[in-house]
Amino acid sequence: MIETLAVPLQSGLVDAAVAPAYWLLELWYGLLTQLYYLTGLELLDPTYRFMHRAILMGLCIGVMAPLIGTFLVHRQLALIGDALAHTAFAGVAIGLFLNAAFDFGVSPYLTAVVVAVVAALLIELISEATDAYNDVSMAIVLSTGFALGSTLISINAGGLAVGVNQYLFGNLSTVSPSDAVVLLALFVVIVATVAVTRNQLLYVTFDETAAAVSGISVEWYNRVMVMLTALVVVGAMQIMGVILVAAMLVVPVAGATQLSRSFTESIFVSVALAELAVLIGIGAAYYGGATGGPVIVLVAVAIYVVAVALGRLQTALGEETTPELGAIDGESAEAPSD
Amino acid sequence: MSAPTHSGAGVETEAAEPIVELADVAFGYTATPVVEDVSIRIDPGEYVAVVGPNGSGKSTLLKLALGLVRPDEGDARLFGEPAHRFDAGERVGYVAQRAGASDEMPITVREVVKMGRFPHVGFGRLSKRDWEIVDDALATVGMAAFADRRVTRLSGGQRQRAFIARALAGEADLLVLDEPTVGVDAESVEAFYDLLAALNDDGITVVLIEHDLTAVTDHAERVVCLNREVYFDGPTVAFVESDALARAFGTAAALVGERR
Repeated sequence: MIETLAVPLQSGLVDAAVAPAYWLLELWYGLLTQLYYLTGLELLDPTYRFMHRAILMGLCIGVMAPLIGTFLVHRQLALIGDALAHTAFAGVAIGLFLNAAFDFGVSPYLTAVVVAVVAALLIELISEATDAYNDVSMAIVLSTGFALGSTLISINAGGLAVGVNQYLFGNLSTVSPSDAVVLLALFVVIVATVAVTRNQLLYVTFDETAAAVSGISVEWYNRVMVMLTALVVVGAMQIMGVILVAAMLVVPVAGATQLSRSFTESIFVSVALAELAVLIGIGAAYYGGATGGPVIVLVAVAIYVVAVALGRLQTALGEETTPELGAIDGESAEAPSD
Repeated sequence: MSAPTHSGAGVETEAAEPIVELADVAFGYTATPVVEDVSIRIDPGEYVAVVGPNGSGKSTLLKLALGLVRPDEGDARLFGEPAHRFDAGERVGYVAQRAGASDEMPITVREVVKMGRFPHVGFGRLSKRDWEIVDDALATVGMAAFADRRVTRLSGGQRQRAFIARALAGEADLLVLDEPTVGVDAESVEAFYDLLAALNDDGITVVLIEHDLTAVTDHAERVVCLNREVYFDGPTVAFVESDALARAFGTAAALVGERR
């Protein structure tokens, strides 16, 4: 399977298909270069194209991670991101192993996508069979993935061990143009899927049984959800690292929950908080000479703490008066349609 | 009520297409059946309460009727179709004891009621007409002033009204409620039953599970008393006079009866 993925990837056909993404990338470089001349920020120096790519990826992650995370957190499935990240690590290791052993030249992120999606479906099918998402099976999947990844890497030690930190903790400076293109593709798939199925996803998240009664195939949408989670995790892994990637699914959402009243609002607020964390985090990491992912997470947590405080303040100050409960209007109660 | 009064002892009344029809249904999550030999027919416009001790299979009975689980034996039909294949979800409104979402989920009353329109709009957006229906449903249950409140911050009674509004927004013909008044204060319970009665008068079929037997005898027209098997099925008046309760609940029930 991996072989068949790897071969066409280097063919001209795919190059043509992803050409628009590279064109977008060029546009982005131009945009940030303009911004550099306007602001003089060293961070945006056009000779550091990798920083331009890192910022673009960070911004994409800031949209898609809380977007999916909002649905996961409110179903109390926050852990699944962590489990999938660790299996994605196994996918990375498989990719690196194949490259070293057989000279495939496949991007480890592609093998990570495949492995994480398969693991996601596995978790979902197990939960359907046992009728519950349980901590234990999640923990088993998580440890298996991580152990498998570590084993493969240690077998191939030497050249490989050097490259592994980048996957564990993320790295702003190793984002290649092709990695950025993969992420852009994931971004489009994820955002488009959520945009189309938002009604169904919301209903299933809020009230699974009522959703099933209303004719929504709950199992099907659960599968879509875990697969999207797998894609987000792999996409975000590059900058955030395996160990911290789940934080982006959870922390901004937790912050938004404190501040929002409606579900729609909470999605936009969580994206805004995540983008704030990404931009401040990348900036701080650049000037402080630190690794990007962990700094972004620390900033996100700080924002969360502020959100909690603001939320409390909001409740304390704006103690709303309870409106009068209206009378029940039996007369105009809707008669059944046809 | 123009709907045929149910005659209990399995005598079929010829009427319009039954809303729910269970024929010799048996179901168990394990080898032990949770319900057995259950045959029930519910016609349009009826107001049916399902009672029984804890673990008597009441919720399972509703799941069978709604097609959420498939019977091991027998036949479950909803609006004339096999229940598990029934897909005109907008015809059924479902109100559970409490929704599964976390208490922290930010979602407004209006967003919950909006879900009633989802079976009608699919992947699309709600039209102006859909929003009017949503707002009408909110007004009907007296919750218009609460439209922008977070559902999770409402009282139990207010929350249940919101869920009823969701069913109304779906223009459901059948309202199924699983212990809807658990954790709802006494005053709201009264209002809640008034609402159900008004909806039933307008022709909506109501099926509910209720643990509060007083509420059942005060409001429902027909009682199904269940403890794995059907112990009683007939008009409420006949139920009160029968010994079905004592048989179904065993001796513990006698105490419950006395206390009330």
